[in-house]
Amino acid sequence: MSPLQTFFAMGGYAIYVWPAYAVFFIVLIVDTIAPRLRRRRVLRELRARLARQDARQQRARPDRASVDPIITPPSL
Amino acid sequence: MSNWIPLWLHKLGSPPTFYRFAGTLRPWAMVLALLFGAVALYGGLVLAPADYQQGDAYRIIFIHVPSAWMSMFIYGVMGVAAFIALVWRIKLAEVVAMESAPIGAAFTFITLVTGSLWGKPMWGTWWTWDARLTSELVLLFLYLGVIGLYHAFEDRRQGARAAAFLAIIGIINVPIVHFSVNWWNTLHQGSTINVFGPSKISWDMLWPLLCMMLATKFYYVASLFRRVRTDLLALEGGKDWVRQIAESEAGQ
Repeated sequence: MSPLQTFFAMGGYAIYVWPAYAVFFIVLIVDTIAPRLRRRRVLRELRARLARQDARQQRARPDRASVDPIITPPSL
Repeated sequence: MSNWIPLWLHKLGSPPTFYRFAGTLRPWAMVLALLFGAVALYGGLVLAPADYQQGDAYRIIFIHVPSAWMSMFIYGVMGVAAFIALVWRIKLAEVVAMESAPIGAAFTFITLVTGSLWGKPMWGTWWTWDARLTSELVLLFLYLGVIGLYHAFEDRRQGARAAAFLAIIGIINVPIVHFSVNWWNTLHQGSTINVFGPSKISWDMLWPLLCMMLATKFYYVASLFRRVRTDLLALEGGKDWVRQIAESEAGQ
């Protein structure tokens, strides 16, 4: 057996050692990705809410647009 | 007057300050976690010799034991943060306690599964209802209970208070997990690493284990900070500092 094969064979315990390491990494990768997705969702919802608030203020005081021409576009 | 430390702590407890603080530290914690993790894997899987009794199967120790330590350490952090949250009603402490629970549950799950995969070739069984294994399973259920209770309430802060209460009661289980191998007869081997007194392990095997311990600690910091930052944005949604972040950060 080549040194690499010996390494992967883990002295005959490959079917226990490698799944253990796989579980370790899969669980931690999921734990890393899940909050990332949640952060994106939270920011998206926040922006949508802010855009709605801005739109409501615009409707309530239409003259404000002429006074303050800088309007944040909802896509930002 | 040396009151700048409590002053600094007080300031750090405010959500916008902590948000920035955590945002600065988080990438470094992740880099250190990956660095120590890579070194530990190389040391543990390649450099360390095979065990004279367990052959190469013992190499599961390099993830099993650090994960088990983390399962208890994170519970300790969660318990302390829950106590602070209940007594002083500090929002940040609530968030730290609640966001520690999923990470702790992840490490507890890893501990149980890797332990099972180690137990099969060494003890001849995947699972046995002995003290160490059962108390670790109870630890997983406590974490899941805290997560579940937190999400069971419509009002997040009310849920956090209820879950914090459960977290504090459950802390009694942590010393039971730790001392179970001394208090009861068990299949599980005793502690390999002793802080007080000599450890029963050679240096070739010890240093990758300690490296992985550091890696998992840094990983916890990185994961916790990311979660806490997101939670603070969600909780403080109506405030100005959150508005600025939502408008400046492009989707990241």
